[in-house]
Parts: sequence; structure tokens; C-alpha cells
Amino acid sequence: MLRFIGKRLLHMIPLLIGVSLLAFVIMSLAPGDYLSQMRANPQINPDTIEALRVKFGLDKPWYVQYGRWLWNILRLDFGESFAYHQPVFRIIKTRMLNTFVLALSSMVIAWGIAIPLGVISAVRQYSWSDRAASFMAFIGLSVPTVLSGLLALLLAARTGWFPTFGTQAPDYEYLSAAGRIADRLHHLILPALVLGLSSLAGLMRQMRGSLLEQLRADYVTTARAKGLPERRVVYKHALRNAINPLVTLFGYSLGSLLSGALIVEVIMSWPGLGRLVIDAINQRDQYLYMAALMMAAVMRILGNLVADILLALVDPRIRYERG
Amino acid sequence: MSGAEARLQPAAPSENPWAWAWRQLRRNRMAAAGGSLLGILYFCAVFAGLLAPYGYDNQDRDTFYHPPTRIHVRSAEGGWQRPFVYRSVPSRTGRGYEPDTSKTYPIRLFVRGDGYKILGLVPSSLHLFGVDEPARIYPVGSDLYGRDVLSRILYGSQISLSIGLVGITVTVVIGMLIGGLSGYYGGIVDNLLMRLSELIMMIPGLFLILALRAAFPVDMSSTQMYLLLVFILSFIGWAGLSRVIRGMVLSIREREFVTAARAAGASSLRIIVRHILPNTLSYVIVAATLYVPYYILGEVVLSFLGVGIQEPQASWGNMLNAGRSVRVLSDYPWVLIPGAFIFVAVLAYNFLGDGLRDALDPRMRLRGGRPLA
Repeated sequence: MLRFIGKRLLHMIPLLIGVSLLAFVIMSLAPGDYLSQMRANPQINPDTIEALRVKFGLDKPWYVQYGRWLWNILRLDFGESFAYHQPVFRIIKTRMLNTFVLALSSMVIAWGIAIPLGVISAVRQYSWSDRAASFMAFIGLSVPTVLSGLLALLLAARTGWFPTFGTQAPDYEYLSAAGRIADRLHHLILPALVLGLSSLAGLMRQMRGSLLEQLRADYVTTARAKGLPERRVVYKHALRNAINPLVTLFGYSLGSLLSGALIVEVIMSWPGLGRLVIDAINQRDQYLYMAALMMAAVMRILGNLVADILLALVDPRIRYERG
Repeated sequence: MSGAEARLQPAAPSENPWAWAWRQLRRNRMAAAGGSLLGILYFCAVFAGLLAPYGYDNQDRDTFYHPPTRIHVRSAEGGWQRPFVYRSVPSRTGRGYEPDTSKTYPIRLFVRGDGYKILGLVPSSLHLFGVDEPARIYPVGSDLYGRDVLSRILYGSQISLSIGLVGITVTVVIGMLIGGLSGYYGGIVDNLLMRLSELIMMIPGLFLILALRAAFPVDMSSTQMYLLLVFILSFIGWAGLSRVIRGMVLSIREREFVTAARAAGASSLRIIVRHILPNTLSYVIVAATLYVPYYILGEVVLSFLGVGIQEPQASWGNMLNAGRSVRVLSDYPWVLIPGAFIFVAVLAYNFLGDGLRDALDPRMRLRGGRPLA
């Protein structure tokens, strides 16, 4: 197993280099650069702009820029943001944390509701509760996040029950410790719900379908025939096997922790990584964009790796050693 | 769904598999419902000009953010009358509008109005319904420029609904070709193409889409923009599809009929296109149907973020953009109505896709990347 993990981690290196190269090429295809806007401003001295161009390395062709960037990464230097005049990593850190908090809480909501609901639905197939849950899941699967986000925003604006933007209230500094936690949660709950609901329906359907498939298998009939109590049959035998496809999905959810919240972040004005990426692209702040993208890509690759490892742990038939 | 799966009937030995699939599909109520819903939506898109009371850019600056127009059937004296509306004038309180009850404007059928072309070919100015100027009818309200939201939804559906079909078609053609070539030839071509698809799938979809969009100028004609969106969405989409196709081709190419075709002297390309790829069709059709929503949503998201279809052209995504302002959203909630249409379209495709899966390929598990995740 350790050898497998090591091999996969090594495989990450060429993959990440490829991803960064592709992203860099696409970025450099874009017309203009960060200084284009300054050039349009007659009040800024052309010499100043030229000096900045040299300082940022924008006077070199893209492959030289890319080479420099890659070389600096090896020394753990992600470069400096043009717009913020700060090391990229310092800007990204807080944004990443915000996105992490949002995405992680939405995952807890989604998985916490979807798994029990899917199991109940499957065990009581064709009961009214199953029909209701399946119908709701179908509806939920078709509501785009853009719409659910805007509806949540409408609710917040009309009722005033929830704040409509940000992670904390303006008077956050003056709150007590308990007040601060409550305020954070108050800001978090609506975006996390919207994001969580967007994956809940798919998860629930997957859980239901997967468990139903196992319940039809021969070994379940055998288990029932030899007189095991139904609870044991379902929870001990069938569920163990039904969980495998969910494990893959879990890795996938982990992988999109940093990138999956973009739309919700934009609608709810949540200062996370997604909004940063949009701004960075619009301003051609290329090192900021590259760093954010690489973080998201690493997360995604790690998510896949975690899924494979977990799958091996829950499914004894899977062996990676010979692969 | 599993209920339908259990009811699947075995095909008669002599029956054409497509006829069998069609029979299964027709028995599936959800698929039929989804299919009919889509039929209605696409019909409305084709005849948007006829069904919409106004053109997509017909403005009336005096009635911006007008709530849905009240349609009256009783006159001021209390008698029944054919449906009519009053002209709206700015309210004396300075907020909202009030009806000018001095004159009634009956809703007329088949009136002449803004010109349009059916399918871009047949010019016409006939509208299903309308009211005489200066009154205006806004069945679901108006937007910031006093344009009828319903008319814009109908015109917008032409873009939002067709981009899904065009995008998935392009993706399927590219995905099948690359998957076919990769799986059939193997070796270095296979290796290169699959590594490339892996890279694309490792970059979060929206991050990549936005960067690709930035590689092109901001101001483009609406046709160019449309083609660009198709290109971007297909650029992301082929990766997942071609990997699955490749996997299927790997096993199909070992079957006897491929050997037979090769022995008969068929060229490689002919074997791939005529003998191998048709065997992946049932998967491709189901996957394509289930992926259309992602293409529709791709356009919606890009236009919503302001880098897709541009004003004054209407699309479901750029209409929703108005809702980004909390004040507009809470005062004029009808700007969200395009979202309801997106929901219905996606729901219909999901219904149809699920039904198709039961009919064509009940054991199928969708794999591959989800373009917008």
C-alpha cells in the first residue's frame, strides 16, 4: 500500500507540471497583460510602465516566464501578486481558509443528510417516504446552484434572518468570543446550506441505488435464508458493499473542496478562492491565478488518491500492489 | 430508475435492438414526460418571435422594473369584458406604478409588432398577443430598461437551449473520434491523448473555462460569442467522454467481427467508424442526454458572471445577472424567473436521460468528469 501511495505521489509531479504548463499557455494567449490598463492611462509615465514590465518579467516571452515561475516554485516561492504587491501565498492563505470552511461545512451537511436518507429510502423501497425522498432528490438534482443561491439571497434580503454577504459582521471586532463564533456561524449557514444541497440530491440517489443493487444480490438472499435478522442483513452485509461507489464520490468531493464553491462565493459575496480567481483572471494577475489554480489542482489529485486508498481499505478485493 | 429496470422485457430474438429500446422508452412515463417537456420548450424557442409580445431589445424607459401586468376582465362599471389592461404610469408616491384607469386596452390576438425571423429565415412581424401602444403588457414583469422579461426569456431560450445541443454534438464527435483512435491504435498516440485528457480533467472546470474565456477579446459579436462558448465547453467536455469510449473500444476491438472486418481488408478508419464506434452508441446517447444540462449551465454561469452572452442579446444566464444586486433581487424578484426555466429544462433532460438509460443500457454507470464541478 505504501509503495502504491508513493508511486501515486511521484506521478503527481509530472501531472502538476503538465497542468501548470497548460494553464500558463492559456493565460499567456490572452490579449494584453496586467499593465494594459495602466497604458491606457495617460497620466502614468511610459517609463514607469516599462520599468514595471521589466520588474514583473513581462518583457520576456511566455516560456521564459514559465521557466522562471517553475524554478521559483522549487524554492517554494509562488511569486508576487501584481495587484496586491504582496507575496501570492499570503493573499491566498486567508481565501483558501474561507473556502475550506464553507466547503467543509457544506460537505458535512450533504453527507450527513444524504447517507441516512438514501439508506432509509432503499430499505423502504416504494414506501411513501421513499417516493417523496426520490422525488425531492430529482427536483434537487435539477436546481442549478445559480438559482438556489439567488433564492437564498432573496430569502436573506426579504426576511433579514441571515446576512447577505461576507464572513463576519462589521462590528465583529467588538464582539465577545462567544459572539464571534455565533456571528461566524450566522454568516456561514446560508452559503453552506446552498452548497450542501447542491450535492445532497445526487449523493442520496447514489446511496439508494447502490444499496438496492446489493439488496438484490444472491448473498443477501443467502443471509436472509439462514435466518439472520433483517437489521444485520442490511447494515452488516449489504451496506458494507454498497458503500464502495460512495467512497469514490467522497474522494471526488474532497477534491473539489477548493474549486466547487465558486458560484456560491460569487452570489453570497463570500471572500474565498473562487472570487479571487475571477478577479485574478480579469486583471491578468497571472501568478495569483496560477497559485490558486495549482492549489485547487493539488486538492483534486489528492482527492482522487484518498478515494483510491479508502476504496482499498473498505474493499478487500482491491489490491494495488500488482498494478 | 430501479422500478423500471425491474420491468424490463427481454427483446424478441428477431427484433431490431433500436425498436426494442424505443418500446422501452415509450413505456417509461418519466422519459415520456421529460421528452414532451423538451418538445414544448424547443417549440417555444423556435417560435419565440411569434409567442413573445415584444422583441428582445424593445425598451420602454418609463416602465422599468414594472411588476407583472394585472389583466382585468371586469370593467370599471362592474360588467364582464374581454381581458384588458390599463396603461401604467409612475405612481404619485414616487415608487412603483399605478394604473391609468381612464382608458382600457384590450388584449388582442395576432397583432403586428416588432419584426423577427423564424429560424433566422422567414421574416414576420406577427405576434400571438399584444396590446395597443402606449399601454404595454408584461406577463411576468419588465427589467431595468423596461424590456418585457417573458419576451427576453423566449428569445434567450434560443441561445440557452441550442447551445446545449450544439455543444454536446461537437463534444460527442470529438470524444468518439479521439476515444476511438486512442483505443484502436494504442501506443504513443493513445498515451499522449490520454495524458492530455487527464490534465484537462485535473484542472477545476470553472477555473479553466474562465481562463479560456479570458484568452479571447471581451467584445465579440453575438455569433462569435456563441461559437466561442461552444468551443470552450467542448474543449473541457471531450476529455471525460473520450476516456470512457477508449475503454470500451479496447474491449470491442478484440471481438470477432473486428477481426473479420480486418481480414476482409477494411481500412483502420473504416473499422473504427463503421464497426467499433457504433457499438458505443447506446452509452454515448445516454451520456450525451445526461450531460446536456452541464452545457446549458455552462452558458448560464458564464453569462451570469458577465463574460458570456452580452447585452442587449438575451440569454437565461445574463438575465439572471440582474439578481446579483441584493436590492434589485428583493424589490423586483421576477428577475429570477429565467432561473425557473433553467430548472425546468434541466429537469426535463434529467427525466429523459434517466429514461433513456433504463431503455438502452440499464447496467450503465456514468463515469468520467463532470464538466462544471
